[in-house]
Amino acid sequence: MPTQAIKRIATFLAGHIDSFLLTSVLLLLGVGLMTLYSAAEQNTTRVVGQLANVGVAFAVMWVAANIPPHILKNFAVPAYVVGIVLLVAVELFGEIVNGAQRWLDLGVTRIQPSELMKIAVPLMLAWYFDRYEATLRVKHFAIAAALLLVPIGLIAKQPDLGTALLILASGFYVIFLAGLSWKILLGLFAAGCASLPVLWSMMHDYQRRRILTLIDPTQDPLGAGYHTIQSTIAVGSGGVSGKGWLNGTQTHLDFLPERTTDFIFAVYSEEFGLVGNGLLLCLFLLVIGRGLIIAAEAPSLFARLLAGSIALSFFTYAFVNMGMVSGILPVVGVPLPLISYGGTALVTLFLGFGILMSIRTNRKLVQT
Amino acid sequence: MSRRVEIRNPEVELSRFRARLAVAGSVVVVLFAILLTRFFYVQVVQHDYYHALAENNRISIVPVVPNRGLILDRNGVVLAHNYSAYTLEITPSKVPDLEAAISGLASVVEITAKDRKRFKRLMDESKSFESLPIRTRLSEEEVAKFAANRYRFPGVEINARLFRQYPNGEHAAHSVGYIGRISDRDLEQIEARGDTANYRGTDHIGKFGLEESYERDLHGITGFERVEVDSGGRAVRSLARQPPVSGNNLILALDLRLQEVAEKIFGNYRGALVAIEPKTGGVLALVSRPSFDPNLFVDGIDPQNWDALNNNPDKPLNNRGLQGQYPPGSTFKPFMALAALELGKRSPSYTIADPGYFMLPGVSHRWRDWKAGGHGMVDLHKSIVISCDTYYYGLAQELGIDAIHDFVSQLGFGSKTGIDIKGEQPGVLPNQAWKMRRYKQKWFAGDTISVGIGQGYNLATPLQLALGTAVIAANGAVYQPHLVREIEDSRTKTLTPVATAPVRMLDLKRENVQRVKAAMVDVTRPGGTAGRAGAGAQYVFGGKTGTAQVIAMKQGERYDEKKVAERHRDHALFIAFAPADDPRIALGIMVENGGHGGSTAAPIARKLLDFYLLGKLPESMQVGEDDADAGD
Repeated sequence: MPTQAIKRIATFLAGHIDSFLLTSVLLLLGVGLMTLYSAAEQNTTRVVGQLANVGVAFAVMWVAANIPPHILKNFAVPAYVVGIVLLVAVELFGEIVNGAQRWLDLGVTRIQPSELMKIAVPLMLAWYFDRYEATLRVKHFAIAAALLLVPIGLIAKQPDLGTALLILASGFYVIFLAGLSWKILLGLFAAGCASLPVLWSMMHDYQRRRILTLIDPTQDPLGAGYHTIQSTIAVGSGGVSGKGWLNGTQTHLDFLPERTTDFIFAVYSEEFGLVGNGLLLCLFLLVIGRGLIIAAEAPSLFARLLAGSIALSFFTYAFVNMGMVSGILPVVGVPLPLISYGGTALVTLFLGFGILMSIRTNRKLVQT
Repeated sequence: MSRRVEIRNPEVELSRFRARLAVAGSVVVVLFAILLTRFFYVQVVQHDYYHALAENNRISIVPVVPNRGLILDRNGVVLAHNYSAYTLEITPSKVPDLEAAISGLASVVEITAKDRKRFKRLMDESKSFESLPIRTRLSEEEVAKFAANRYRFPGVEINARLFRQYPNGEHAAHSVGYIGRISDRDLEQIEARGDTANYRGTDHIGKFGLEESYERDLHGITGFERVEVDSGGRAVRSLARQPPVSGNNLILALDLRLQEVAEKIFGNYRGALVAIEPKTGGVLALVSRPSFDPNLFVDGIDPQNWDALNNNPDKPLNNRGLQGQYPPGSTFKPFMALAALELGKRSPSYTIADPGYFMLPGVSHRWRDWKAGGHGMVDLHKSIVISCDTYYYGLAQELGIDAIHDFVSQLGFGSKTGIDIKGEQPGVLPNQAWKMRRYKQKWFAGDTISVGIGQGYNLATPLQLALGTAVIAANGAVYQPHLVREIEDSRTKTLTPVATAPVRMLDLKRENVQRVKAAMVDVTRPGGTAGRAGAGAQYVFGGKTGTAQVIAMKQGERYDEKKVAERHRDHALFIAFAPADDPRIALGIMVENGGHGGSTAAPIARKLLDFYLLGKLPESMQVGEDDADAGD
């Protein structure tokens, strides 16, 4: 009787958990906490705070994993609509922090609606394509594009170009995986290139500076280029094997800005070197690969598209952050997933992992 | 998709989806490969470069400024030393609104209008990233007060610094000199002598006097500390330290007590006194009146004090002892007499009948003796004792200007003596070539006559007078005069003497020197021109009076001291050595507009010798001496 009870509890707790994905994620989290401990000058409050975030994120993941995809589908439209409403509210009543209007104060807590859209947008698009699966035509792709561009426009206007681009990517992945024809893709690509000058003229000064700085960071070594220069120095000086945990001079002598958040990869890279970087890339590949496999084996179009988008978005965050820290991409406010300090991003990520797990563990159920 | 009705095959759809997924997966792999390549490039290929940059970030080399050497007089009395004090310093480039910041500071610690003016002046002279003092010598209380308000003043700091101080104020100020903040011109010079590294962190440099001329000894060797710094430039820990080497101490030949007595005796007269030790060339006293307080210059002089010193008609900043060039007047006669004896132009017994004037054949001009009607029969001895002009008019003519020049120049006239502080003037000891060079004119026979009595083109510094006297006193040994006797190595404490050997020994006949000395001794005895000044002396000393015209008298015009404006009065001169048989001191005294050498300059010498040889203080310093000094 007790063993049965334990079994039942175990099934209840772990029944919808994908152990492969969980292990990979835990490994990354471990690396993240270790690096955070170093980046925070061995001050445990940051680490404890991050652990609390992890706790919340796990709960969110567990809940999401236990929601079957066909139920999740029902959340797509409401989540999207709420997201849009909140974005409009931000536009109207949002708090201005650092010159950008991103936060909405709900009295109890402040929320960043754009963060919600990271999941809501692919969810919505996956739902949409799934709904019109049998009769997918160019028209549907156009409508999907419109569904995508509305929130992106609102977010870009805050302005939060980084998040806007990430959400654009996550939505694009859905559209791409749904089978948008290569011809149109090429056309879009050409049009995108052609519209670059227009985009440039619409950019804010600080955004332009970031891009110019990427081309030549030394032009503004104490201003916009400072972050890139110092983080590249940190990465480069790490060498093959790194300076050793807790021994990064760039980190501990305060040369690295934002070292517990957006630039934490520089801390890791300085202390663990090329070997550590290779290892980290492998860990990321494990998560991404697992996500893609889950997508490939998912039972419905909705699940496939959603899983694929989540996996590829995860890749995008990691790639953009590491590219930015190592000096090949402009500085955009993107944290390194599972490594950077920060609760909101972590919760969103784990929501994604939960959905992946739900798709994984529910695949036979639906197929039959 | 173009077909109107499509029967979707789930299997086909799935494989199409998986193909797309594979494409995406490949892109992921490719992009990660690009990242890895970038990591490889930065961490392996360019590692050395970034490693150097990181080390550069991390390690800062901080200069450790050495303590400046001390300056001590011959008895160990401190003339210049350092003390540690707190300064309130502003880095102008870090302060957005300087005026507001200074006003704010003034509410925390006292900042006077003088402080503000001095700060402004410093700002004009310095670069804006330098930390400049707005207040010096803060009290403990002020330091605490500022510390509590520190957050209000970014770019303002309290620093403990070593300050130079001259405890004796204006006594011996011209010799000791002063330091000041390094100027752009100083920097150029430092660069030119390749000393830039050693001056990192140093912000003061010797500007005047010994502080300037012995800068390299006094400065010391700057140490370095390799420190790990954070991005704010704050030192986190020390990695290695090369301690500085303090500057060497200067031990002077100068006797501060003698110097003070000499200054006191000088009273309110302008002028100079140089006392030299004949057997070493050491300068015992170097008086230049009026003087100044060198402490004013150390933190940067405020404009008010600067104007007061710089525009003072008495020129207190001039070191008259070696920069003032005056006609030596009759003090030149002993040197002429020695030339006459050495060159065989006069025998001791040769006698002239002095009618009170001298005439050149074919020239109507009369060179008058100072005594109308003349001195009667005059030989060499008497010519010095009573200071007969006529004797030397004739002698000069017979010697000829070039012979005079060639002989007297050996005694140090007409060229720099090479004393160990800067700014020395060479004086003028004319000859034919000099006049051609200077005035593009031929030398006239008449030019020679007044040179014989130390007038005409003749100019000498009080230092040259003292040195010439010292050479006679030392029977022809010529020393380079020097204020510094020894340099004490700060590490080994070994003493290195300065200029121990004479630069040359003049080949003089002993008897000739003795004759001149004997005559000079009689100058200070009854019947001599300094008879009154020498009366009752408990030692034997030699001297020679001199009186130099400041304005030219017309032919036949009489000089009436009372009718002449103070600044047009004659300069009074006196040279002396004592004791006569074994001289320990030689003096050159010049009292500007002092009137007669015998009545003004000689008594100064007497009082000084009384102190130096007998330890007797002048009357003005005997009673209530301390009260009298308190005002200095």
